Amino acid sequence: MSHAISMTVNGRSVSATVESRTLLTEFLRDNLRLTGTHVGCDTSQCGACTVHVNGKSVKSCTMLAVQCDGAEVLTIEGLANGEDLHPMQKAFNDHHGLQCGFCTPGMVMSALEVADGNSDPSDEDIAKGLAGNYCRCTGYENIYRAVKAGAKAMGS
Amino acid sequence: MAKHVGERMKRVEDGRFLTGRGTYTDDISKPGQTYAVFVRSPHAHAKIKSVNTEPALAVEGVVAVYTGADMAADGVGGLPCGWQVIGKGGTPMIEPAHPPLATDTVRYVGDAVAVVIAETRNAAKDGAEALEVDYDVQPAVASAVKAMEKGAPQVHDEVPGNVCYDWELGDKEAVDKAIEEAHHVTTFDLVNNRLIPNAIEPRAAIGEYDPAGDNYTLTTTSQNPHVIRLLMCAFVLQIPEHKCRVVAPDVGGGFGSKIFHYAEEAVVTWAAKKAGRPVKWTSDRSEAFLTDAHGRDHVTKAQLAMDKDGKFTALKVATVANMGAYLSTFASSIPTYLYATLLAGQYTTPVIYAEVKAVFTHTTPVDAYRGAGRPEATYVVERIVEIAAREMGMDPAELRRKNFIQPDQFPYETPVALTYDTGNYQASLDRALELSDYANFEKRREESARNGKLRGVGLSCYIEACGIAPSAVAGALGARAGLYEAAEVRFAPTGTVSVFTGSHSHGQGHETTFAQLTADRLGIPVENVDIVHGDTDRIPFGMGTYGSRSLAVGGSAIVKAIDKIIVKGKKIAAHMMEENADDVDFDDGVFSVKGTNKSLTIGEVAFQAYVPHNFPHDELEPGLDESAFYDPNNFTYPAGAYVCEVEVDPDTGECHVDKFTAVDDFGNLINPMIVEGQVHGGIAQGIGQALLEGCVYSDDGQLVTGSYMDYAMPRAEHIPDYNFDFTTTPCTHNPIGAKGCGEAGAIGTPAAVINALTDALRVAGVDNIEMPATPLKIWQALNGAKQAAE
Ligand code: FES
Ligand code: FES
Repeated sequence: MSHAISMTVNGRSVSATVESRTLLTEFLRDNLRLTGTHVGCDTSQCGACTVHVNGKSVKSCTMLAVQCDGAEVLTIEGLANGEDLHPMQKAFNDHHGLQCGFCTPGMVMSALEVADGNSDPSDEDIAKGLAGNYCRCTGYENIYRAVKAGAKAMGS
Repeated sequence: MAKHVGERMKRVEDGRFLTGRGTYTDDISKPGQTYAVFVRSPHAHAKIKSVNTEPALAVEGVVAVYTGADMAADGVGGLPCGWQVIGKGGTPMIEPAHPPLATDTVRYVGDAVAVVIAETRNAAKDGAEALEVDYDVQPAVASAVKAMEKGAPQVHDEVPGNVCYDWELGDKEAVDKAIEEAHHVTTFDLVNNRLIPNAIEPRAAIGEYDPAGDNYTLTTTSQNPHVIRLLMCAFVLQIPEHKCRVVAPDVGGGFGSKIFHYAEEAVVTWAAKKAGRPVKWTSDRSEAFLTDAHGRDHVTKAQLAMDKDGKFTALKVATVANMGAYLSTFASSIPTYLYATLLAGQYTTPVIYAEVKAVFTHTTPVDAYRGAGRPEATYVVERIVEIAAREMGMDPAELRRKNFIQPDQFPYETPVALTYDTGNYQASLDRALELSDYANFEKRREESARNGKLRGVGLSCYIEACGIAPSAVAGALGARAGLYEAAEVRFAPTGTVSVFTGSHSHGQGHETTFAQLTADRLGIPVENVDIVHGDTDRIPFGMGTYGSRSLAVGGSAIVKAIDKIIVKGKKIAAHMMEENADDVDFDDGVFSVKGTNKSLTIGEVAFQAYVPHNFPHDELEPGLDESAFYDPNNFTYPAGAYVCEVEVDPDTGECHVDKFTAVDDFGNLINPMIVEGQVHGGIAQGIGQALLEGCVYSDDGQLVTGSYMDYAMPRAEHIPDYNFDFTTTPCTHNPIGAKGCGEAGAIGTPAAVINALTDALRVAGVDNIEMPATPLKIWQALNGAKQAAE
């Protein structure tokens, strides 16, 4: 069965007709060609697909596109202001918080939620906030540093 | 010009990754593309009685369905193995056929039987679901040890007893004699747990065929596009190599698992021509668990002989290595030349003998995974040394010190076929002990005990052979490929530089490190350098990235090409300044004439090279573009000392890595920030192997740990406090003095963690624990010991 849906993605209104089973990830990647949101698993455990829906971080592989009808969606592509990186993106660059970059969009979107209202997150806050995100490259050490610096920069 | 070598320069590649503009294979869509889904065996071993493609073809949107029979009818060959191991008595390993799609027998859960190609991914999935395969299920065996038993199920008819090869290295007689005469012999039986690599980007491949020029293009998640092109064209599809382009764009981590030539690559390339449309396949994670080559899986018995002072007199090792169902691309070399050759470790053990049986089982093929053989060797050596110290009542640091190869003994020839060029093992260990406050460990142990916790400390002094290279050595040992690296350095008329490298970056940051190296050597701004990799139509024939080889071998090829650029530049500068080329010096981007104030920048020379209005063409060619192949004389030998401290909660069995100290000697560093990042990642994978990750098969060959719900990998919470430092003995035989840093963490860490854990558990009467040391295992060991004591 198909459904007509519309939503706002990175500030832009979009409408499409999708199958019931279309996941939000598929809608973003295949319909909108926003390929910054990645798919790293099929059991909702890697977090590579993390985006924000109505201001909350969600795993876009675990939501249907139709569930987002009328929603505000923010993806990694919507963070930077032109050529100016968002402070959290910049912090990941400054602290070498990424290597292959595949987990990175999801990591940054989760980190934003850690930093939301918390400009000085503790190690525990970060471990908890990133508990749903796998990174196989960095060993997380520099991700901790990046999230701390990003949160601080966002708070100031 | 500002110098960049040694600088913690921020990565230039980050911009695209942080903004979602990276281009990974699955991000690419080709006009008119179709989607492939593979039908895979649910059985570990079965005969294929029949395949009925009709129901799949009837599904709306399905374009084509192909089976192994279709590929065989087109004369498609099997997936080759790139390394021939010759066993005892000169018997070559047995190489059974490995068809990309199974024809009559499936040999592991996940073995592909057919491919369904459709207009959409969902239609392809529906088609795969509808396809009917009639299997005659056969008995299966998953454990390599069991596969060698009499009457075990046979994986291949042509491999009786399932033994692919039975190989040895070293002087058995001398070792047996030394063991007989030893003051003390420590014996240790271990399992090196099977791992599933799990790069976060699942594999993907897109095949295209253009009938206009009879050209094929394969876009794939590969660490080495030229190797894939060679293997696929020459052995599998039999298409002329120049008619095939292989592109490995941004790749989301590899750790070895993306070195190999996989069936899906050949199938999509072949099917693209057959179906007349581009064919795209993207693995899902469940498929990745089943089909990405696994790592490790050794069962080993080891004996270390010592004299009364604790001097090692011999080491004897017997290993059974699981190959899985087929030989993956480099599978045969891992438990032999990348394993047994490292058994000397950092020590002067005079005689060593290793015996390795490689065994087929009904499981996913096993091949290189971060460290590849060297973590297994380090685990044997560093665990048995630690146990020996405990048995001899000696401090483990002291025992190591006593046996270290000394700085004045280099170059040092080991009894297992390698010559270490340089190192200072004492220096790394001393620094690691200092950084980790080893001297005050007992105080921390008491403190933990007061809180009801068990604390332990463990060391691991690893060595690895990296910069996987010397073609002559590799060839003599059975490699069917050369292992050099290639580079081209090309000036544009306006003075910017493109470097084309045969190395491939899938997280290592080559676009930054190689640019730092190039900018410094040429004396030009770093932003004027672009690094190009991953496309066989653009780069020279390169061997790719694995075995911590990119800087040591690939970087050296770049340096060699730059040296040629400078030689040519001198000629051009001499012509421009009307001087003799021998009198021209080059330093920091400027050509100058000795004893004069005449000089030209390299930018001016590059411009002239492309605007050669008055070149004497019989002496001087236009252009400033040079390429080089670099084939080193030896491996490089990164080494280091790791100190791990763990705390165990005896009530829950939980083991927490509290402090981890790593002192590595990677030779000269170009970008310490990137190097540290490599070590962080390697240590995390090492902690994963020690405490969390374990691939489990049921006896009948079903993969029990087939998803992230069953296979645990380190998350942010598992990461300890790190202490890092480097000691430096530059590599003696490459122009950079670099040794490689990509695998060290994964190599050195597991032994350090388990040494620490068993140290913690010792007081409770537990002396060994197998990896992964999960809370359940630890709790059971503690309680078993308690019960035994009662
Ligand atoms: S793709 Fe892994 S959690 Fe969504
Ligand atoms: S940077 Fe590669 S998975 Fe995180």
